[in-house]
Amino acid sequence: MTGLFELLGLGASAELLSLSGWGGNLLRGLANSLQIAFGAFGLGLVIGLFGAYGKLYGGKVTRDLLAIYTTVIRAVPELVLILILYYVGSDIINKISEGLGGGRVEINGVAAGIWVLGVVQGAYATEVLRGAIKAVPVGQIEAAKSYGMPAFMIMRRVTIPAMMSFAVPGLANLWLIATKDTALLAVVGFNELTLETRQAASSTRAYFTFFLAAGFLYLMVTLCSGAVFARIEKWARRGQPSLKGGTR
Amino acid sequence: MTGLKDLMQPHRIVMMLVFAALVIWCAFALRWDWIPKYAPLALEGLWTTIWILAVSTVLGFLLAVPLGLAQAVGPWYLSIPARTFCTIIRGTPLLLQIWLLYYGLGSLFPQFPWIRSSELWPYLRQAWPYAVLALTLSYAGYEGEVMRGAFSGVAKGQLEAAKSFGMPRFTMFRRIWLPQAVRNVLPTLGGETILQLKATPLVATITVMEIYAVSSRVRADTFIVYEPLLLLALVYMAIAGMIAFAFRRFEKG
Repeated sequence: MTGLFELLGLGASAELLSLSGWGGNLLRGLANSLQIAFGAFGLGLVIGLFGAYGKLYGGKVTRDLLAIYTTVIRAVPELVLILILYYVGSDIINKISEGLGGGRVEINGVAAGIWVLGVVQGAYATEVLRGAIKAVPVGQIEAAKSYGMPAFMIMRRVTIPAMMSFAVPGLANLWLIATKDTALLAVVGFNELTLETRQAASSTRAYFTFFLAAGFLYLMVTLCSGAVFARIEKWARRGQPSLKGGTR
Repeated sequence: MTGLKDLMQPHRIVMMLVFAALVIWCAFALRWDWIPKYAPLALEGLWTTIWILAVSTVLGFLLAVPLGLAQAVGPWYLSIPARTFCTIIRGTPLLLQIWLLYYGLGSLFPQFPWIRSSELWPYLRQAWPYAVLALTLSYAGYEGEVMRGAFSGVAKGQLEAAKSFGMPRFTMFRRIWLPQAVRNVLPTLGGETILQLKATPLVATITVMEIYAVSSRVRADTFIVYEPLLLLALVYMAIAGMIAFAFRRFEKG
């Protein structure tokens, strides 16, 4: 194996990327990135579900407030939002801590990342889920109501299963955005994959090796998620007519 | 758009009053005394943001047309590289691409004497060519995928009709295929251009002085955190609104 790398003139790169060297740092960064992406995507889904219900069935004021939330979040760059939410979040936590008599709190990087990206994801998820819920035939929900099902049970048994097939493509897109947006946390100094890569690159001067390696890792995540979401979509669409022979 | 009558509902009037009170509170309670000092820098930064956005979207779109065409109807030796390019651009974070180009190429170029002695060298030592290149490639990658769909979405009968008139292939492309494809994706292009606007602050990380970098400078110099960021968010919302408005006019006209 080593002989092959030497043959290709990649011996130096292979040594730099070995797990005991900088490769381990890169993988730790990837683990951090994935952790944040999972958390943010989950938080975004929860916010999105409430947001979508609020937008569809809420009162006038709720609807207007949610419209402002989604419009503002989608018009302002993620980087700016991350900074604003990061400072707001740490200020609020410190105020609470001081109010309770404690000192300044060191903010956990993963929690901060999840909070910041989750709020951003929530706005996009609201729109995706709202569209999906609207695509569910009204008759199904009315039928459930006429049986006297409680609202939460309708959501769990009828609306969510029926809207899944419409929501999955949009949610897959959101997940990819979440994984790529974790890179932005490098700007606020959180040790995810991109920042680890830059540190490794600038201390070894092997910029191409490390940035290409990180790009490869991100690409692997993207491609694997694509395959997983294809399975999920197939599962969500089970029993529905096939899309083959359509536009694609 | 919402009409005046929609805006005049009681709950909206109350919300507008609350919002106005919030704005007035912001104007008086927060610190804005740094604005006169940094206004010239901010205007320069705004200009940098706008021209980087304009140049990268135009160049990116010009690149996206062949990319889309190659994927839609090209032979395999064109479509496979085009698809690979789009997958790689869409599968990795833009920040990583920008850093790869700036730090990677930036550390590679000085090793070649003929590049250092060329006329391009003064430009290659600055940050903005790398910023424009990275943003252009990114826009091309995303748009290439959009254009693929657009080109294969144009009705076949129209192209066949043009062919039966004996129209040369390039004329057919220029007169029928491209205009229809572009018209079909105009709404998508508007959204993508706003996404591109939201990607421009990333070039501040490679020392390009655009509007986001100016706000970071204010924060670092004066330790004022929220005011520059709020103003910055407002600026971006205004630009995004203008882009959306311009594309809506385009779609109609």
